[in-house]
Amino acid sequence: MVPTIYYIALSAVLFGLGVLAFIFKRNIITIFMSIELMLNAVNLAFVAFSQDSGKLDGQIFVLFVIIVAAAEAAVGLGIVILIARNRQSLNVERVDLLKL
Amino acid sequence: VIGALSLIFQKHPIHSALSLIVVMVALAGLYLLMGAEFVAAVQIIVYGGAIMVLFVFVIMLLNAGLEEHTSMSKLAGFPGILLALALTGFIAATVARAEIPQTANAGKIPGSLSSTHGISTAIFSTFVYPFELTSFLILIAILGAIVLAHRERH
Repeated sequence: MVPTIYYIALSAVLFGLGVLAFIFKRNIITIFMSIELMLNAVNLAFVAFSQDSGKLDGQIFVLFVIIVAAAEAAVGLGIVILIARNRQSLNVERVDLLKL
Repeated sequence: VIGALSLIFQKHPIHSALSLIVVMVALAGLYLLMGAEFVAAVQIIVYGGAIMVLFVFVIMLLNAGLEEHTSMSKLAGFPGILLALALTGFIAATVARAEIPQTANAGKIPGSLSSTHGISTAIFSTFVYPFELTSFLILIAILGAIVLAHRERH
């Protein structure tokens, strides 16, 4: 059996990559995908700790996280479509309506 | 897995979406390896199926081309990469220092406890209230998506 620490390390690496993509990408869809990546990293850590402690609570939390991620993706992609219709661009730097 | 993950840094959104699918499936395999069959199945169905279809559909719908490489603003780029590396290092250091008291329960759970039966029992006994809350959340998300998609018609 693979030790838990490897799963946690992989989860940390995934989360770091998600943060990197979140910061560097300019495409709004790619930014959404990096958010999904970070959620997956957290899920992996949850399952690893659940397996380590022998309780099932972690896996139930993973289910909740997946549900919330699905809802967030639905609403977020709707917003993305609206923004793209209004601006004709997927670049986040063009969405500066709130800027003074 | 990490090799598949580094594909995330692709220029074209379609490519990164496909590599994200690879990452999801690999994670599902890891869950299966850890004895969490139900979570693995849900991961495949919800992520690999629904969410990725949604992403690919939106990408096709919007005809997203190559990502325009705007100056990247070095001022924000350099502290950004530093910050992400520091975050990863911080998590790793915390985990390494935590010295997990493992091998007490490890390897004992797969099989009966970790099965779908245990999860469903816990969800409908201990976690009933959050479970119902998530159903409300899903309902609100559906309503929000409908409103967002409907507004631009008139």
